Amino acid sequence: MTEAQKIAHLHRRAGFGLNIRESASGKLSDHIEKVISSNKTYNSLFLPGEEKVTTGELLAMDKEERKEILQDLAANIKRLNLEWLKEMGKAEGQLREKMSLFWHGHFAARVRGYSQVEQYINTIRKYSLANFGDLLMAVSKEPAMLKFLNNQQNRKNSPNENFAREVMELFTLGRGNYTENDIKEAARAFTGWNFNEEDEFEIRTNQHDSGVKTIFGKTGNWEGEDVIKMILARKETALFVTRKIYRFLVNENIDEQKVSALANRFYDAQYDIPTLLREIFQSDWFYEEQNVGSLIKSPIELIVGLNRTFGISYSNAQPLLAVQRVLGQTLFFPPNVAGWAGGRNWIDNSTLLTRLSLPKKLAEADQLDYAVKNNMDDENPNESSKPNPKYKLECNINWELFAKKFEGIPKEEEWNVLQQHLLASKNLLKMSEKLIIKMEGKGQLERIKLMSIYITRTPEYQLA
Amino acid sequence: MKRRDFLKISGLTGSTLLVPGFLKAFEGQLAKFTGKRLVIVQLSGGNDGLNTLIPFTNDTYYKLRPKLGITQDKILKINDNAGFNPSMDGFRRLYDEGLMSIFNAVGYPNPDRSHFRSMDIWHTASNADEYLNTGWLGRLLDSNCPGSENAWYALEVDDTLSLAMKGLQKSGFAVKDPQRLQQITRDPFLAEIEQNGMATEASGELSFLYKTLAQTTSSANYIAEKAGIKKSTTVYPQHELGNSLKQIAELISAGMESGVYYTSISGFDTHVRQAESQNRLLGVVSDSIYSFTKDLREANALNDTLVVVFSEFGRRVKQNASNGTDHGTANNLYVIGGGLKKPGMQNGLVSLTDLDDGDLKHTLDFRKVYATLLSKGIGFNHEQVLGRKFDLLDFI
Repeated sequence: MTEAQKIAHLHRRAGFGLNIRESASGKLSDHIEKVISSNKTYNSLFLPGEEKVTTGELLAMDKEERKEILQDLAANIKRLNLEWLKEMGKAEGQLREKMSLFWHGHFAARVRGYSQVEQYINTIRKYSLANFGDLLMAVSKEPAMLKFLNNQQNRKNSPNENFAREVMELFTLGRGNYTENDIKEAARAFTGWNFNEEDEFEIRTNQHDSGVKTIFGKTGNWEGEDVIKMILARKETALFVTRKIYRFLVNENIDEQKVSALANRFYDAQYDIPTLLREIFQSDWFYEEQNVGSLIKSPIELIVGLNRTFGISYSNAQPLLAVQRVLGQTLFFPPNVAGWAGGRNWIDNSTLLTRLSLPKKLAEADQLDYAVKNNMDDENPNESSKPNPKYKLECNINWELFAKKFEGIPKEEEWNVLQQHLLASKNLLKMSEKLIIKMEGKGQLERIKLMSIYITRTPEYQLA
Repeated sequence: MKRRDFLKISGLTGSTLLVPGFLKAFEGQLAKFTGKRLVIVQLSGGNDGLNTLIPFTNDTYYKLRPKLGITQDKILKINDNAGFNPSMDGFRRLYDEGLMSIFNAVGYPNPDRSHFRSMDIWHTASNADEYLNTGWLGRLLDSNCPGSENAWYALEVDDTLSLAMKGLQKSGFAVKDPQRLQQITRDPFLAEIEQNGMATEASGELSFLYKTLAQTTSSANYIAEKAGIKKSTTVYPQHELGNSLKQIAELISAGMESGVYYTSISGFDTHVRQAESQNRLLGVVSDSIYSFTKDLREANALNDTLVVVFSEFGRRVKQNASNGTDHGTANNLYVIGGGLKKPGMQNGLVSLTDLDDGDLKHTLDFRKVYATLLSKGIGFNHEQVLGRKFDLLDFI
């Protein structure tokens, strides 16, 4: 593999691929450094000009007013979705966006309150490249998470174990590394973990059980924060989280030896996320053949990747919500607390055809005319699954700038150079007869355009 | 070139078959359709079971539903204490003809009142505290049960595929309009990239993608071909569900060898002014299924078909202040078909007084119904699909 191919691989995994203005030239080590260090600053997600509506304000409204506001807020969640998509496309700190997407799937929550969603995702983005322990603690105190996992119902006299269970099963230790009794006792420690009307975390002392609990064989007056610290002290947590990151960044097929070594490093570094990521990106095996082009892009990776590669700008990005839904990944609407399954789970006959037609539709700013299945959104379950009014994409691809990258390349080499630029796959596609005929007499810009649309509509392009 | 040689040079193992032409040629051999089929009808939004099958001798029902309770004179009675919603004459007739089994108080432990979560549980057949990525029908495909090799073995009449139909290695097939799908897959571009894919030594994920693509185009052709053979003259309600069931009836009549069909109808989340919308929707469900059974009988296929009608949850016993009902728990479930061994009421009506915080308690786990449908209904090993063994019911 050439240095440039390694660099492209790095950017596809550590972010959403190089953007239209970037190139894979230079040294790999410099790129790794830049990938890690260019995440110092970032933009919080918010909707410009939107007033925050807190839970308290909602409760104070009369029924009709509340209903109306709730509908607006549901629409706001979708607007925030598009804001994040945009940010993923343009942010310099690609690793932060990529890891935030990962943590959003890992700490999956799905609630109706707009301000809670905004707060939740910004907490994730803030800590996504910090310390896993801090991230875990912060997310565990987010109203969105407490609400999603029913911790408001977790009270001293009637404990609800949902929150404690998911924290251990899905966020940290994984199945088999705790007992049912650990969960029962941990749930007691989390009783009263709630939030106030300003969506600020608070412990309701009158609902909190401050008694003696035995967790992981240790007895004491454990509080919720103690439980989280005790979970972090267990090496199984490092292994569980590392394994999941490996599957997301490296390969769905786990190399247990490598994962175990990484987990040790992660644990020794007190869960410092950049240390773990640097370890992965700096290793030789990360660039080995079996780890390149081996992941099926998630719908978000596919969409954001196209946007970056071709410098697509949108005057109406609304249809991208429909694309997300049809392809099976809508930001802020994970299927359940376990997040998106990923891998081959993204693919069925309908999603594959949609993926293969997407670049063409973007290039032609075409209608997206497929019916969107009722997503069982709790805010609008009556939405019928009838074909929605046609979604008109309004977007523009910066073909001039894109084609410029390939100026001076001999005509007969364009096809292969373009493939190397666009595909993670090492297989080179054969130039199709029809495409050859289509390109006859066409200028460079037109040729690059035709070939690019062709290449991005292949199964090869679905791989990262 | 021999098939074996082709597979060898294309770097594929015997089970990954790429070329649509080959798929076509081997279709006859691959399909070992058991001759039995399930048709799943999903009522999305949480159908109110108590106003579907009304316990009209139960005073509690009228007491807790002063406005929403359906009066005795309007109910389509099927026995001394239960009767259908007035708009469900089709269901009453099916019941009277011995073509329907009714299950009461169906649900699962620790019920979830969120639409999407509870629907997930029904789709994946998981426990309430367990998260599965695969659906029960998808796992049927995965389990490599003989007969389920083709992508179109499990067919959903929709543009996108439900979780229930997604497996780990295999998934069902979504198609709303067979002709339109065929048109899309006839795009010369797709044929070209399939050819291209054959030329490359695809393995791993890439081979999986090419295989899915090849199956999609070959299946689209097969389905479109079958869809053109028979045209039903039966009148169905002018509604998406009517269209879908008509489509399925036509495919079955044409000899389509699918073991699973899936379709859904939404709008059952009746928090406000329930009566009007629910009655209308139940009328659509009842009439559509009645017409469907008529077509199937004519095609001599009714005895090999089981229609299953379910919803993600029922609703609370007490009506709310907006003449609607809120999210609840246990619900009734209907199985309709010609080959029922024990049609009629399968268990007692749900108790309206022994409640869990105002909600009905389930007495029958829906996975027992699934297990019976899989094992006795279409002849597969349910343990492989559901992950554990269930005692089977005796209605089929």
